[in-house]
Amino acid sequence: MAISTDALEPVPIPEAPVARRLPPREWIKENLLAPWHNAVLTIVFGTALLYVTFRVLRFVFVTGRWEIVRVNLTNFMAGLFPRAQLWRVWVAVFVIVLAFGFRLGAASAARVPAEGPKWETGPAWRRALGRGWPLGLFVTAVAVLSGSGKTIGLILAVAATGVAGFRLGMFLPPRRRRWATIATVLALVAGFQIIVSRGGVGYGQWGGLLLTLFLAVAGIALSFPLGVLLALGRRSKLPVVRAICVGYIEVIRGVPLLALIFMGTFAIGFLLPSNVRTPDVVTRGLIALIAFTAAYVAEIVRGGLQSVPRGQIEAAKAVGLSPLKVTRLIVLPQALRAVIPALVGQFISLFKDTSLIAVIGITELLGVARFVTKQPDFLAQGLEAETLVFVSFIYWVGAYWMSRESRRLELRLGVGVR
Amino acid sequence: MVAQVLFLVAVAGFIGFLLSNLRSNLSAQGIRTDFGFLDQSAGFRIPDSSFRAEQSVRDAILVGMRNTIAVALVGILFATIVGVLTGIARLSRNWLVRKAASVYVETIRNVPPLVVIFFFWLAVILTLPPIEDAVEWFGVTVFSNDGLVFPSVSTKPGASSFWPVVGLAFVTGIVTWIVRSRSSDRTGDPSHRAALSTGLFFVVLVAGFFILGRPLEAALPERGEFGTTGGLRLNPEFASLGIALVLYTATHIAEIVRGALLAVPRGQTEAATALGLPNRKRLRYVILPQALRIAVPPIANQYLNLTKNTSLAVAIGFPEVTGVVSIAVGQGSPAPQSFAVLMLVYLVISLTISAVVNVANRRLVLKGR
Repeated sequence: MAISTDALEPVPIPEAPVARRLPPREWIKENLLAPWHNAVLTIVFGTALLYVTFRVLRFVFVTGRWEIVRVNLTNFMAGLFPRAQLWRVWVAVFVIVLAFGFRLGAASAARVPAEGPKWETGPAWRRALGRGWPLGLFVTAVAVLSGSGKTIGLILAVAATGVAGFRLGMFLPPRRRRWATIATVLALVAGFQIIVSRGGVGYGQWGGLLLTLFLAVAGIALSFPLGVLLALGRRSKLPVVRAICVGYIEVIRGVPLLALIFMGTFAIGFLLPSNVRTPDVVTRGLIALIAFTAAYVAEIVRGGLQSVPRGQIEAAKAVGLSPLKVTRLIVLPQALRAVIPALVGQFISLFKDTSLIAVIGITELLGVARFVTKQPDFLAQGLEAETLVFVSFIYWVGAYWMSRESRRLELRLGVGVR
Repeated sequence: MVAQVLFLVAVAGFIGFLLSNLRSNLSAQGIRTDFGFLDQSAGFRIPDSSFRAEQSVRDAILVGMRNTIAVALVGILFATIVGVLTGIARLSRNWLVRKAASVYVETIRNVPPLVVIFFFWLAVILTLPPIEDAVEWFGVTVFSNDGLVFPSVSTKPGASSFWPVVGLAFVTGIVTWIVRSRSSDRTGDPSHRAALSTGLFFVVLVAGFFILGRPLEAALPERGEFGTTGGLRLNPEFASLGIALVLYTATHIAEIVRGALLAVPRGQTEAATALGLPNRKRLRYVILPQALRIAVPPIANQYLNLTKNTSLAVAIGFPEVTGVVSIAVGQGSPAPQSFAVLMLVYLVISLTISAVVNVANRRLVLKGR
């Protein structure tokens, strides 16, 4: 039977319909005024939006008493971290920013998706601004609030380091991109070691944003292997293993994180043998976060495992791979690649969830916002709005920026596109 | 098989190890190791409830559960309304409405719910003027740092005989609905079931109301020396918790609704338009049934999240079940058992919600296929 070669020609991709560009007048009519009830909506929402914008701007620039944030800026960033050791944090920041810049630079050499968000096109500075403006806003706010030349100089130096790392990363050949990823992981470990080891400060004494970030990163990193094991266990052929994993996952998912945190804080000490010292309160909070996140990671990974086509497993078995090798070499790599965006999502929610451990009296970011209003200088002056808005802003920057990056990642990996 | 037995032994051994540690540690500190503390008297009071300090810890937990469920139900109701409206607004033809909705969603969604709760409690409700110069809107609501008071309904003496009438009205409405649907299915005539059943419902209700001599009356809040009387008062904690959880959860529901509406293939809309269905019918019979089927499971998940997030109220001192249990622990109830009971309570609530939603979901899926 003759095969028509036409069938092998690539199918031309249908051209996207050209977006209509209306002249401004028509655009306003189309989008704001027609039909009549749209005009009413425009007026109502326009007034509301103007009013809210006015109130927010007035609060930020005029009525907000930002003195409390200015005085306590170091508290917000690092809590009660011993001030003489702060240089360690700065060094760690330099190392980590360098590595992340390197990683981003390496990634930027990769092909840009054709249907990426609109900030993907245009000159380099505009792309950088489009991707990084939430972070830029945060850094600017910190620089302005600190008002000290030394801090601003350090921030500029950090930014320069990041840019240098980015430039360096662009030279990395695409085949070696894995190195950049390894470098970021190493940098995180190195940063931690710089702060902790050789007369450093244990994380029990950290606070503020530093502790929040540490809890989020350590939480996701440590719950990931546990989550993968639970997910594999849930799909195991052995009913006992399956039942135990399902039980763990469903119990944890049915219970609020706060209940687990209370359990961790007040009960872990009782569960250990009497000759083992009870870990400090931050560690106990971290254990609760890990136990909680592992169940959610397990469900995400399970989704990834289910997305691996059966044919892959059958083919792997057919070429004679052992069950362990099938999982390790064939199933997991494909499954984990598919769930990267969902894992980023879980990281974002963990980043927000770390705020809950303020309830047990740990001064992470939200905890700092609560204790600075109890300082003698600022007591009972109704400054909660200022401190809470400031920490909300930090959380918002982190979560919003990461969710945008994750959407971008999703487009690049081509998952989520069907 | 051997592997399973080994695994089981390992897990059981580990749990047994933990439990034996627990037992020996508790008895070493002279804390009881059973659940008998549930029957001891609580020794604390719960604000805004009739709970007395002599009542048992068990009763305290039940009061806390009632508060949890109250917040969760109110929150689920309003979060659904706000969320669905916002989700639709994000797809509006009007540019300004679209932008306003996405600013709201993107702002609140990316802030931890606990921060939102603190904000509404410390920076909004508690900064309202004191009761002496409370904000009054048209004399029907009183907003002060003592809480938000809304108008409600109060009962007069003979009101107990009114509730059967309400039930009767309800039954009448439902029966009308079923009868009209059946006859419409048989004959093909329009059923008008919505109009008819609502109409009959109100006819019965109003008739009963006047026959029984107006047993209910509107209760408007009245401002007194030390607070308000009459009306429905939400204390500051309940109000800020409710507002924060509704606004936070609504952003997630809005995203789900938007995604679900976008997930209905465009061809469906076009086909419906080509068939000449008017806008409203297109939504009602073509778009919404398909979008709902996509949206219900994730929205159910948000209901569960909202219910679990009510536990954050412990940070602002609202006595829901987590708060009550942590007070009980502070008063000497043994921590491991108390928090185990707490986890059990949440498991029961979560499983109940899942079960209800599963039933709804099954109906929805069957209807569509």
